[in-house]
Amino acid sequence: MKKAIATVALSAVLGMTATAAFAQSTTLQAVMDKGFVQCGVTGGVRGFSAPDENNNWTGLEVDYCRAIAAAIFDDADAVRYTPLTSTERFAALSSGEIDVLSRTTTWTMTRDTSLGINFAGVMYYDGQGFMVRRADGIGSALDLGGASVCIESGTTTELNAADYFSTNNIEVNTVVFEEQDEVLQAYEDGRCDVYTTDSSALAAERLNLEDPSAHVILPEIISKEPLGPSVRQGDDGWFNIARWVYFLLLNAEELGVTQANVDDMLASENPNIKRLLGVEGTFGEMLGLSNDWGYRIISKLGNYGEMYARHVGPETEIGLERGVNALWTQGGIQYAPPVR
Amino acid sequence: MTDTTNHNDFSFVRTEMAQDQPAPVNTHGPIAWLRANLFNSVGNTILTLISLYVIWIAASGIWSFTVTHAIWEGTEGADCRVEGAGACWPYIQNRLLFFIYGFYPAELYWRPNLAMGIGALLLFLLATPRIPGKLIVGCLFLFVYPFVTFLLIHGGYFTGLEEVPTELWGGLMLTLIVAVTGIVASFPIGVVLALGRRSRMPLVRSVCVVFIELWRGVPLITVLFMASVMLPLFLPEGTNFDKLMRALVGVTLFTAAYTAEVVRGGLQAIPKGQSEAAAALGLNYVQANAFIILPQALKLVIPGIVNNSISLFKDTTLVSIVGLVDLLGAVKAGTTTSTWSAPTIPVTGYLFAAAVFWVFTFAMSRYSQYMERRLDTGHRN
Amino acid sequence: MASIDSNQSGRPALADEPPKVSLINDPKARAIFYQALLLAVVVWFAWYIFGNLTANMAKQNIRTGFGFLNNTASFDIGFHLIDYDRSSTFAEALLVGFLNTGLVAVIGIFFATVLGFTIGIARLSSNWIVARLATVYVEVMRNIPLLLQMFFWYFGVLSLLPAVRQSMELPLFSIFNNRGLVTPAPIPSENFWVVWLALLIAVVAIFFVNRWARKRFEATGERQPNVWINLALIILLPALAWVVTGSSISWSIPELAGFNYQGGMHIPPEFIALTWALTTYTAAFIAEIVRAGILAVDKGQTEAAQSLGLKDGDRLRQVIIPQAMRVIVPPLTSQYLNLTKNSSLAVAIGYPDLVSVFMGTTLNQTGQAVEVVAITMLIYLSLSLITSAFMNWFNARVALTER
Repeated sequence: MKKAIATVALSAVLGMTATAAFAQSTTLQAVMDKGFVQCGVTGGVRGFSAPDENNNWTGLEVDYCRAIAAAIFDDADAVRYTPLTSTERFAALSSGEIDVLSRTTTWTMTRDTSLGINFAGVMYYDGQGFMVRRADGIGSALDLGGASVCIESGTTTELNAADYFSTNNIEVNTVVFEEQDEVLQAYEDGRCDVYTTDSSALAAERLNLEDPSAHVILPEIISKEPLGPSVRQGDDGWFNIARWVYFLLLNAEELGVTQANVDDMLASENPNIKRLLGVEGTFGEMLGLSNDWGYRIISKLGNYGEMYARHVGPETEIGLERGVNALWTQGGIQYAPPVR
Repeated sequence: MTDTTNHNDFSFVRTEMAQDQPAPVNTHGPIAWLRANLFNSVGNTILTLISLYVIWIAASGIWSFTVTHAIWEGTEGADCRVEGAGACWPYIQNRLLFFIYGFYPAELYWRPNLAMGIGALLLFLLATPRIPGKLIVGCLFLFVYPFVTFLLIHGGYFTGLEEVPTELWGGLMLTLIVAVTGIVASFPIGVVLALGRRSRMPLVRSVCVVFIELWRGVPLITVLFMASVMLPLFLPEGTNFDKLMRALVGVTLFTAAYTAEVVRGGLQAIPKGQSEAAAALGLNYVQANAFIILPQALKLVIPGIVNNSISLFKDTTLVSIVGLVDLLGAVKAGTTTSTWSAPTIPVTGYLFAAAVFWVFTFAMSRYSQYMERRLDTGHRN
Repeated sequence: MASIDSNQSGRPALADEPPKVSLINDPKARAIFYQALLLAVVVWFAWYIFGNLTANMAKQNIRTGFGFLNNTASFDIGFHLIDYDRSSTFAEALLVGFLNTGLVAVIGIFFATVLGFTIGIARLSSNWIVARLATVYVEVMRNIPLLLQMFFWYFGVLSLLPAVRQSMELPLFSIFNNRGLVTPAPIPSENFWVVWLALLIAVVAIFFVNRWARKRFEATGERQPNVWINLALIILLPALAWVVTGSSISWSIPELAGFNYQGGMHIPPEFIALTWALTTYTAAFIAEIVRAGILAVDKGQTEAAQSLGLKDGDRLRQVIIPQAMRVIVPPLTSQYLNLTKNSSLAVAIGYPDLVSVFMGTTLNQTGQAVEVVAITMLIYLSLSLITSAFMNWFNARVALTER
């Protein structure tokens, strides 16, 4: 009897927070029912996803989640954020705790095939780099023999570093931490000579150091790190939304539609722009959204180029050039299929 | 001695009592105490001197770090980046609300405050032996209080309060939530397991033994990892717990196993005659346990339960490893921001957190010792 | 508290019941029924979990099985006792993590025991200041979360150590800096194993000598000079082996080169912080156990031993310690086990222990949560079962035999 009471009580407690959301091709439905998008982010990588002074999440990857919310709800603020360690991020996505994972996650074959997730696109083409103290006078990663290297656990970084150093016959001492801020603190405390992670994150993390100018990022980029948002496998409808929100951001930039001119563009004669903003065709409905989904996103958040410039571009404190992340029309590799 | 005048003639007889002589200095007073306790042999004298030296080093070090060399005013880490600076108190001052409430919206602080207030009141009623009505208060605390607290802090549902998702919970508030939930939710499970382990039915017994030993045999951190990466796989598709809930499930199951062992100790201390007498009265198993055995056994295990609560309270810090921002997590998160980076800030933060934890755990351990003494004398009669 | 008088109803009078009880009231039948019910629930639960698990894993296309253990790990581990590099397998990584946990546990247990016994005895000291000091130590250390203490030592204190180039130079060519402690490392020559073998033989011989000495003492009351024989054995035998085989030890002295000191033995700060925190924390608990154990021996035992004319040393060895140990050992073993389990907190300060290497990195790189978590838990579980088995054996051995 006691057991029964306990069971009832426990299941009642559990039942209150367990939101029974049926994921199968109905993530969209579940999201609409609860009224917000649950977005998995980092614990704080400036420019990508980090809370600002007022504890509001901002960054390139946060804007992606906001774009999805804008497309669905016409409200870019209908997002809730779950900060995740790199260890728990995939479990959080596959369990349905979050709807979309937008957390500086590298698209790799293992992850795409065996973790039950699908990558929707590449928000930022990155590569792994090294940061060292200027005072050490190191000019190349090949001079790192004997150094201590601080790494975050459970990342592609950990594997790339091992590959790189063993291919080049460099003996290093790795120290692995569970969380990014621990890595940074250990590096700052002098536990390590080298801090290695995606070079964009290096640029962002450098700002968190006491004296950013005392540290340099080495020229070597030792890996391909396409960072992109991902969603659960097995819900193609939701996957399409995730993918086309990303394409839309690129297409808008390519067509010159910006947050500032989007209202004027509604009157544009260009059929591409008409389709993009939902003036012509029923492209929104194909995704299960309203037809003005494109207008909603651009009017709230701007296009990919604007997001980039706002959070990580040369004008920001992080100061990353567009480089390969420029559109294909401008010498980069960001390319989106047409809205047609 | 009725007539004293007669004796006036005898001048050699004292008319009044002599004043007591003070005892020799070497048998009482501080000096004698010092000699008896600290310097009664060469070895002891050396030990005393070494101890005094240790105390001097520790006390002066702590004093100079926390007071004389400490920085008391400032607005950012740079103010504490002074050569030879001690503790950086502005850091604590600046982040205090974050340490207590995490990301919880400031205008809604009254809700956790109220919940904690109710909890403190109920605990006070429960913990003070003289106050009657333990059963009612206990039931309130075990079965009603968790729901009230949850509704109050989380809001939403039918309450009309603004919803605050669990991602925003943090700081000391979260620490207390995890600890209280762990203690409260594990208690009934622990009692059932303890009864099951003493059952005469072999199957029931072995199921309980396996359950208890499984959880007691592994470190809590593996349980938390399991809860955060594996629990979702065990549930039907689409059901999802949020992160806090998963951690709570892990903590509860883990604590239940320890509670079960404590309760079992209490059950074993009850003489067999009690259950035989209950059976002779015609009480069945449930009645005998509910009215005869458990009330006696549970009274006996109060110190054990409190000790369990102390370890659980300390263990709640582990949730910071799986990414929840408890008090320790909040302190640690603060030390890595660029506004608050100075060499002594981590030590300052950890000292502060240590002091907070110590106050709670020390109070609990004192209470447990008090109950132990109380129960001890009560039982020998 | 529930009172008995609230329970007067519910049970019919016994007098009218027939001697033959119905199946419902037969305790045996009931027991079988309840157990069948429980079994059904357990089986259903297991089936339910397993069903969900396989369905979820199939749907998410997660690999299963233990084949991954033979795959290349392709990550580095900063601190390893056996040969390991990125081309090693996950199984080898598991072994590295396990050995790292074991190393911390063994060293931590040793120091915690020494410190704990010292403080426990100090708490009973007649010297007021010493006793107080020990009490303060115990009350402070055991009431602060271990993880917090670890962060304090690692991120708070050890990070304040000087950088490599400003290293503290300790005696015996040792170096202390924020990369840890570097000491000279002995490099034994090739045939040095003979010396080890001799040491082993000496230990075995000592065991037999002591047994013989005790038997003689019990039979005749004569003390044998076994201490001297032991000393001679343990020093002379290895020394003899050394001289005869002509083996030698050379020392590798740390020298500053590039980023860090090269050569010598490197003890990383993570290891130091972890061992230090585990030792100081567990010692507080051991001290309490020791104190309780000594207090548990009745004063009459001391007096009786004295009246029998036993010398102080014999009194302690033959009367007090055996009785105190009976009380001390069971909780002491569980503290050892706690220390081992607590070493899993290493994951938070970057020491590559079992949990960090396996549940952290391996789990992430393979994504096989179920297998990885199961293996890790199984290892800890076996450790704790072995400990319990030892404890039962010990309890049975030292249990009070009442005649």
